[in-house]
Amino acid sequence: MNFELLIQLIVNGLIVGLLYGVIGMCFVLVYKSTQIVNFAQGEFLLIGAWVCWASLIYLELPFFLGFLLSLVFMAGFGVLLQMVVLRPMIGEPIISVIMVTIGLSIFFQSLMKWIFGVAPQSYPKVFDNESISIFGLNVEMAYLMSTVIALIIMVAFYLFFKHSKHGLAMRATAFDQQASQSLGISVKHVFAMSWGIAATVSATAGIVLGMVNGVSDSLSIMGIKVFPAVILGGLDSIVGAIVGGLIIGVLENVAEFFDSQYLHIGNMYDIAPFYVLLIILWFKPYGLFGTRDIERI
Amino acid sequence: MSSLTMRPCGDFRTSYKQDNTIFETKTIRWVTIFTIIALCFAPLLVDGYFITLLIQISYLGIAALGLNILVGYTGQISLGHGAFFGFGAFASAWLNTSFHIPVFLCIPLAGFLTMGVGMMFGAPAARIKGLYLAIATLASQFIIEDFFARAEWFSGGAAGSMANPINLFGFAFDTDESFYYIALFALVFMFIWGCNLMRSRDGRAFVAVRDHYLSAEIMGVKLNKYRLLSFGISSFYAGIGGALYAHYLGYVSAEGFTIMMSIQFLAMIIIGGLGSIKGTLMGVIFMVFLPEVLESGVGLMKMTDWGNIPMVIDGLAYIKEMAIGLVIIGFLIFEPEGLAHRWTQIKNYWKFYPFAY
Repeated sequence: MNFELLIQLIVNGLIVGLLYGVIGMCFVLVYKSTQIVNFAQGEFLLIGAWVCWASLIYLELPFFLGFLLSLVFMAGFGVLLQMVVLRPMIGEPIISVIMVTIGLSIFFQSLMKWIFGVAPQSYPKVFDNESISIFGLNVEMAYLMSTVIALIIMVAFYLFFKHSKHGLAMRATAFDQQASQSLGISVKHVFAMSWGIAATVSATAGIVLGMVNGVSDSLSIMGIKVFPAVILGGLDSIVGAIVGGLIIGVLENVAEFFDSQYLHIGNMYDIAPFYVLLIILWFKPYGLFGTRDIERI
Repeated sequence: MSSLTMRPCGDFRTSYKQDNTIFETKTIRWVTIFTIIALCFAPLLVDGYFITLLIQISYLGIAALGLNILVGYTGQISLGHGAFFGFGAFASAWLNTSFHIPVFLCIPLAGFLTMGVGMMFGAPAARIKGLYLAIATLASQFIIEDFFARAEWFSGGAAGSMANPINLFGFAFDTDESFYYIALFALVFMFIWGCNLMRSRDGRAFVAVRDHYLSAEIMGVKLNKYRLLSFGISSFYAGIGGALYAHYLGYVSAEGFTIMMSIQFLAMIIIGGLGSIKGTLMGVIFMVFLPEVLESGVGLMKMTDWGNIPMVIDGLAYIKEMAIGLVIIGFLIFEPEGLAHRWTQIKNYWKFYPFAY
């Protein structure tokens, strides 16, 4: 058994898992505050990454500025999307809401393919040396940056929800929409804000992933891969999303390892999380940290 | 949703039997019968390309009706219908080539095999619903897709598998025109069966589960049984549609049955109208003709001076995909009840003109 490879894979899994956690957090944020399941989460990553790429290549901005520009763009984009497309959907049955986000996902995915083509493009070089070694493990700089960014986002989320007025308003809305509306919280603003935050944070994850693998429409698959993570953690738990993300990130790498070493089934990296997803839904539908639905008659 | 269909004035029902008829009025019955007879003569009247579109409408329509029974009538959500459609296609080809079962028997057998698979993946529906079910079926879509790519004994792996044309009493239905009659027969048969199902006890139980599952359970409707049964029937329809598709094209490859296909099926029933059998057919016709209209639109633009933009002409494939997304969003925002509802409104407008009430 190749322990060195296994450990390297587990570390990679943890790093990717943190990113899954971040994307999952956005997903949970939107679900909790607006009761909308966002199947277009992956497209936020995709659009953010392409906008950043375009601003670096066509506008020739330095990386940091381009990064900020795309975040600002995405915040506006998220808010606009909520106002134009998702606001009419409030109160519609769940199938309509799901289908609207799926429609958005198809639309933006093919729009991006149309504008930027299908070939993966890479960012201009950001770091001087590609990888550094920590405790004998090779860690790519981009991965290190992604870890740092993911941790910063998580701390920022914590501080935002715990200590800011807007965060409190969002938590109140998630808890009870009518009560919070009667206490003077603008639910409309909260909805728009949660989409803005989700779009911005997802775009960050998209740019980081784009730096590692190049930008292409395969980024949008992340939006689907986040489902196992959030279901495992519980659909309405932000902590659950992080834990679920880490577990799924490690799991797919370990599954890949065992598959390549012993089983030789192939394609385990992509498909193992979905088997896990089915098993969780079978035995523990509300995940590790989710709240159980109790219905009154 | 049936309350939306308005009956002409003076058409009162005095018994249950009258209320349960497939066709609401005599006119509708005669119009349907004449349409079917007219469709029988279609190969004589229209050109070959139109026939291929009609065949496409038939097999997609059968599968879409299955999805509408599941989503529109039972209120469950499935994002894996495309995979079940593909399973039916592979299963029929596999039964025919491996066991030498005649094709016309393979098609229903493939339906039953798909039914089994559908019930297996639909089994979580007994415990979960709504959103969680959507995600579970999404997982099943990916797992079945992966199975197609992997199981060479079943699907021929990456190479795909060949499907023989339908052969009945020594006559091979291998041309478009001859296959058209098979497809038309299957479509009419499956739609009548669907209509019949919806006026039986099981059909009413489906609607009860959709409208308020707790009340349904209190009334004695077994929730688990009907949720599972609905998955089974829906997959059966998908399997039949897929099998027809396989024997029409003569070749099945795994690339076609992606999540995009599942979404297209959902788009069809949403555009047509959830919980409407007539609407299902309208949605399928809409979705089959949408890319054709776009293509000819771009073709016309190409001929003008101002419209010959290389970006639009080269990006036609993407524009078609974008149009699907846009149509889904547009219908959900502006006409969530679908084309069937719009049709009723238009009919009523003419009927009541100039007094709109």
